[in-house]
Amino acid sequence: MNGGPPIPRVIARILIPPMLLYALYVQFHGEYGPGGGFQAGAIAASAIILYGLVFGVSHAQRAVPPAVVIAGMPLGVLIYAGVGIATLALGDNYLAYGALNPDNPPGGQHLGIMLVELGVLVTVFSTMLTIFYAFTEGED
Amino acid sequence: MIELTHMPALVVVAPLMAAALCALIRHSRLCWWLATLTLTFSCVCIVVMGRAVFDGNVLSYAMGSWAPPIGIEYRVDALAAFMLGVVGFMALIVHLYGYRSVRAEIPQPLQGWYHAIYLLCTAGLLGMVITGDTFNAFVFMEIASLSAYTLIAMGKDRRALTAAFQYLILGTIGATFYVIGVGFLYLQTGTLNMTDLDTRLDGIMDHPGVLTGLGFLIAGLALKSALFPLHLWLPNAYAWAPSVSSALLAATATKVTLYLLIRFAYDIFDFDIALAQANWSFVLFVLSLAAITAGSLLAIAQDNVKRMLAYSSVAQIGYITFGIAVANLNSLTGALVHLANHALMKGALFMLLGGVMLRLGSVHLSHLAGIGRQMPWTMAGFVLAGASLLGVPGTVGFVSKWYLAVGALDAGHWSLVIVLMASSLIALAYMGRVIEMVYLRERPADAPTVTEAPPIMLAATWLVLAACIYFGLDTDLTAGLARAAADSIMDQPQ
Amino acid sequence: MNTETLLTFFGALNHWITIFLIVTGLYIIVARSNMIKKLTGLVIFQTSVYLLYIGPGKVLGGTAVILNDRFTVYSNPLPHVLILTAIVVGVATLALGLALVVRIKEAYGTIEEDAIFEQDRDA
Repeated sequence: MNGGPPIPRVIARILIPPMLLYALYVQFHGEYGPGGGFQAGAIAASAIILYGLVFGVSHAQRAVPPAVVIAGMPLGVLIYAGVGIATLALGDNYLAYGALNPDNPPGGQHLGIMLVELGVLVTVFSTMLTIFYAFTEGED
Repeated sequence: MIELTHMPALVVVAPLMAAALCALIRHSRLCWWLATLTLTFSCVCIVVMGRAVFDGNVLSYAMGSWAPPIGIEYRVDALAAFMLGVVGFMALIVHLYGYRSVRAEIPQPLQGWYHAIYLLCTAGLLGMVITGDTFNAFVFMEIASLSAYTLIAMGKDRRALTAAFQYLILGTIGATFYVIGVGFLYLQTGTLNMTDLDTRLDGIMDHPGVLTGLGFLIAGLALKSALFPLHLWLPNAYAWAPSVSSALLAATATKVTLYLLIRFAYDIFDFDIALAQANWSFVLFVLSLAAITAGSLLAIAQDNVKRMLAYSSVAQIGYITFGIAVANLNSLTGALVHLANHALMKGALFMLLGGVMLRLGSVHLSHLAGIGRQMPWTMAGFVLAGASLLGVPGTVGFVSKWYLAVGALDAGHWSLVIVLMASSLIALAYMGRVIEMVYLRERPADAPTVTEAPPIMLAATWLVLAACIYFGLDTDLTAGLARAAADSIMDQPQ
Repeated sequence: MNTETLLTFFGALNHWITIFLIVTGLYIIVARSNMIKKLTGLVIFQTSVYLLYIGPGKVLGGTAVILNDRFTVYSNPLPHVLILTAIVVGVATLALGLALVVRIKEAYGTIEEDAIFEQDRDA
């Protein structure tokens, strides 16, 4: 751990785990209540950004390597669009989630929304970190 | 599995997914092949859909099975199919051409990204055309624009960066104006669906809120389509962008916003009632004439040939909006044919200059002296596309100017025919400058010897040039389609 | 100034703020030469749209659209969804704009538009 004032370090250590946990809560609760992949991705990314700001970007990059976030951006889009292709393959319109579970369309919708929100989570998380890494390049 | 019913979705989704895949693999050659396959697939879909809607049918696709007007509707009618054809085929051909050009102008590690962004831009442009939802059109507009800024900023010259930044500022203002306009219409009608909007606007078109919205829409779309005097972002952007970007954007980007303008002015609003109310048709008319004149005159003053063509684009956009403003069946047909024809001509011209850029490293007029003998195919193509730009009979340029002139005469504006002719003469002046330099000057003794452009670039370009001639002689396909499209959106044909 | 005028004025308060933001944003874009300030102006300008959409989406006495037996009046959620999209677009634009500014700073050594045009003229 590098130097710097201790108070942000201690607070960051207390905050970061609940932030990540909260991101997961927002993600998995998103289909019933306020929340979803976008907010979850933003919260999770801000946890990593806080880590990077307090402990140094190189630490953050060791936790979440730049290669991962760069691959994550298109991966999320592919997850989202892939769900659409899956519903097409199951004989319904593009992104008609009900087709994912023909016996129980509402269940299919739960599943579909969960999956596309996962795609959104991956993309938003990766994009925020890519922007953060890009603008902190060379400053550590 | 791939049926006609799902094609409206697939035509956009395919390039979108391929863009994400390209961004994941980032291998230049693989990405190029993937993009080729995807764009070919999109073009096949467009042709199949075009055949299905040509006789007046409409394909409607409910995204996620949410029935319109609640859900987002993708809607293909004759007009949309026509525009999809222009965008899809130009994107495919320019991409094929890019096989060599991208390798020469884009740094190796970025080539995969370049193909990804190219696909993303194409997906955005196709989406803008196919969507039947006004807000969805904004989202696609921004997808296309953001990727366009990136495509421009990848130019070698540092001026590409400032050009992209200027375009970003002005393009975002334009898109935001558009979305403000959509917001006003939404507040008045409670709907975002274009067909639904058309119905709900009946009888309230003179409402101040609706007219304000219309004003914002027209201003925003005019800014995005570089209608004079809102064209300031365009010359630098086209001049400093990589050749492939210039060719794609010149051929398609401004055209698609003009398509939206036509869609709003004729299909959603009743042109005569709504636009006459606030004198919008008159404003559009005057600006078109100003664009034709000023764009042509400014083009003469340019020493960078790409910049010259960019100013010529400003003038050509004036032709299109002129056809929109005159508002009869012939003029609108002329505007639509010119959309397609200008995409062909300008696409070809920028592609040819890409070859010059590759071999010579510059497109400055003074550096082109005497290269006509060293690059015979390229420069012959340049003369041909230039002739089309002037409107020489037998080329596509003649067909669209003919319809525009007939439209103007139908409306009783015979004096405008003179403006059209005069601007063709000015085009002769600026194209003539290049041709004189290329053929009649001697190549300076100390100038480097250049060779002909690579075969794949020439082949792609001459494909477009062949289309310039073919559609100039056989007008059934373009003019016929354009007339069907114009017919379908004009409420009272004259 | 009577009550009615005041009511009309404050009844349209969100519209006044919208107009203020549009004009402020556009003014900054036009008047400032610094590219970061231009982007700031652009963001303010875009923010006006968010307000334009969201303000009228609120139904007085309405609650968030989470179905519950205790509530009968809900606000219109559509504007919020639209604006969530618009915000994402705005963030993407801002990120791209800032990235361009970084590259411009590397290429020109300045982010003042006037100085850049001067350099380009000399070139």
